[in-house]
Amino acid sequence: MPNPQITRRHKPSARRGREPVRERPSARAPVARGVFGHVTESPKPLERVQQPQPITQEFPKAATEGAVLVTGVCGRLGKLLARELHRTDQVVGVDRRPFDDRPKDIVHHQVDMRRKKMKDIFRGRNIRAVVHLGVLHDPRRSDRERHSWNIVAFQKLLDYMSQYEVPKLVVLSGANVYGPQPNNPQFLTEDAPLLGAQHFGGMRDLVELDMLAQSFFWKHPDTETVVLRPCHIVGRVHNAASNYLRLERPVMVMGFDPMMQVVHEKDVVRAIQLALRPGVRGIYNIRGPGEMPLSHLIRQVGGRPRQVPTPLAKVALDQLWKLRLSTFPSEELDHLRYICMVDDSRARTELGYEPVHSIDRVLKDVRRLRHQLS
Amino acid sequence: MAQGGSIVPFAGWRRTRLLGESPLRQALRSVGDRVVRLAEDVVGQDLDARIAGIKTHLNEVGHDPFGFDPETSRYALAMAALLHRRYFRTQVFGINRVPQGRVLIVANHSGQLPLDAVMIGSAMMLDADPPRFPRSMVETWTAELPFISTLYPRLGQVVGSPENARRLLQQEESLIVFPEGARGISKTFDQRYQLTDFGLGFVRLAIETGTPIVPVAVIGGEEQYPSIADFKPLARLLNMPAFPVMPQLFFGMIAPLPTKYRLYFGEPFRFSGDPDDDDSAIEEKVWLVKSTIQSMVNRGLRERKGVFI
Repeated sequence: MPNPQITRRHKPSARRGREPVRERPSARAPVARGVFGHVTESPKPLERVQQPQPITQEFPKAATEGAVLVTGVCGRLGKLLARELHRTDQVVGVDRRPFDDRPKDIVHHQVDMRRKKMKDIFRGRNIRAVVHLGVLHDPRRSDRERHSWNIVAFQKLLDYMSQYEVPKLVVLSGANVYGPQPNNPQFLTEDAPLLGAQHFGGMRDLVELDMLAQSFFWKHPDTETVVLRPCHIVGRVHNAASNYLRLERPVMVMGFDPMMQVVHEKDVVRAIQLALRPGVRGIYNIRGPGEMPLSHLIRQVGGRPRQVPTPLAKVALDQLWKLRLSTFPSEELDHLRYICMVDDSRARTELGYEPVHSIDRVLKDVRRLRHQLS
Repeated sequence: MAQGGSIVPFAGWRRTRLLGESPLRQALRSVGDRVVRLAEDVVGQDLDARIAGIKTHLNEVGHDPFGFDPETSRYALAMAALLHRRYFRTQVFGINRVPQGRVLIVANHSGQLPLDAVMIGSAMMLDADPPRFPRSMVETWTAELPFISTLYPRLGQVVGSPENARRLLQQEESLIVFPEGARGISKTFDQRYQLTDFGLGFVRLAIETGTPIVPVAVIGGEEQYPSIADFKPLARLLNMPAFPVMPQLFFGMIAPLPTKYRLYFGEPFRFSGDPDDDDSAIEEKVWLVKSTIQSMVNRGLRERKGVFI
């Protein structure tokens, strides 16, 4: 499908002139010495913004040039982000699914991210930022498909980004990459090791994706890479956490009641918008309006928890999973047993992020969709 | 028409019954309230006022981020008060030496079950003025145990990790630390009141956060559950730090022996220096704390007339 909006050809020199000129520390890319930031000497420390910016600007300034490419734009979060962004920016959406009710000025490409067509999108227009939301979480898909979608496609995306010198990358990872562990500190900072795949193989891709983004951060200092790791995103989105909270009688593991953090989808969208500002780079944990025990959370949404002992819950979930009656693999029970909470102080000070949606509002949105579904 | 639009009579009955408080929960609550009233009579203090007097840092939704729940703690404090005043008849010396603000309370560990932490905690809550709410750092493996992993955070106990300790101290809270750890609590009876090796982490933490260390000697804990041996293979099998062999259990005595507890609070240490110093430099400071506690323990043992009086 020829795109009517592709008018200007790619001009790297022009783009470089527009960006606030940052002197490159060296023409060669610095070598990534350690993905967790255990680096003794480096021109740019990981997870640190160049200059901590005073938080005066509520929203990023209107970009005059270049479009924002959003992958996975047809998910609920992607649509929300596109609707927020298109007021100030040109938005280019990429997704396998159709974007039916999109605003007129959003350009949507219905392509698979692994296809050559992706390159044409980069070649055809001036992209000033890429927001990567196109992550496949569905545990029902095969490992091979998940890997090819999450890793191979992302690697291609990174290749195009370096080839066309896109100055900004925002990757939505998640706090789940840290993994729920009994020995987790109450609040995990950005330096904590990513152990999410230790007990749940399904998380391997997401951890790898996070690592890939981190290594891209090092290899391409000219691109400002931002990795956001929000806690459980809930609201109208369809993800495991929201689906769980929407259940009438959600299963809780007997004898466990971990503290939980949830964040409203719109707060995450706001965080992505803040991350798109020029000068912001690094890894940021995103936290919601506050943490409370899981049982309180379920009761406030209006559910009645069903207490099941661990072995029974494991066996039952495995069987339900095999019979395709449940969408939760039994490894995810660890989320109902152990804490996995993040410390968002870096996002508050450096990104200027502050959750604005109260817990009541968050849970109201979760509840509303349940009633619609039922 | 039956409730909820169903044509089946009483279809919504179960639901309405469950939405209220379950009978079991109601029964537990009434028993708990009775225990609290009994404890208030024994102690002669208003326990609810004591709980209300403690300051924690609530988050935006009114919960303590570490999971402390005043509702549950009220019953626990009542039980602890009964143990403190009646069962163990605890004597507390020098509690005024605990400074205001952030503080690390470092004590010798003993007695197979961490009742020494309960005694120190209840002393801080009942005998200190204003009441202090100490958090203690618990073993990581308790977070894997059902029920315990729910109960401990609700009582304000925190899984022992340097990050948690740092965060709590920065919030001006008080922490109970047993640097001996599991080695100390599972001592056999022949090694009673001999301090085992101390970890170094607590001194580094104190230097880093500028926290005073209050040494505490606990007398009476070692005799509550005398243990004659540590059955290591079984401990490994059950994934426990130790498996003490306690003769009193063979006689059907599950409760600890009613020894008399004595708590001696010492003068606070204030260390300065580099928290990332060599082990040898930190060890000196640790040795100072350890030897102070050991001498306080020895003095306490000399002063006491008997284990139960």
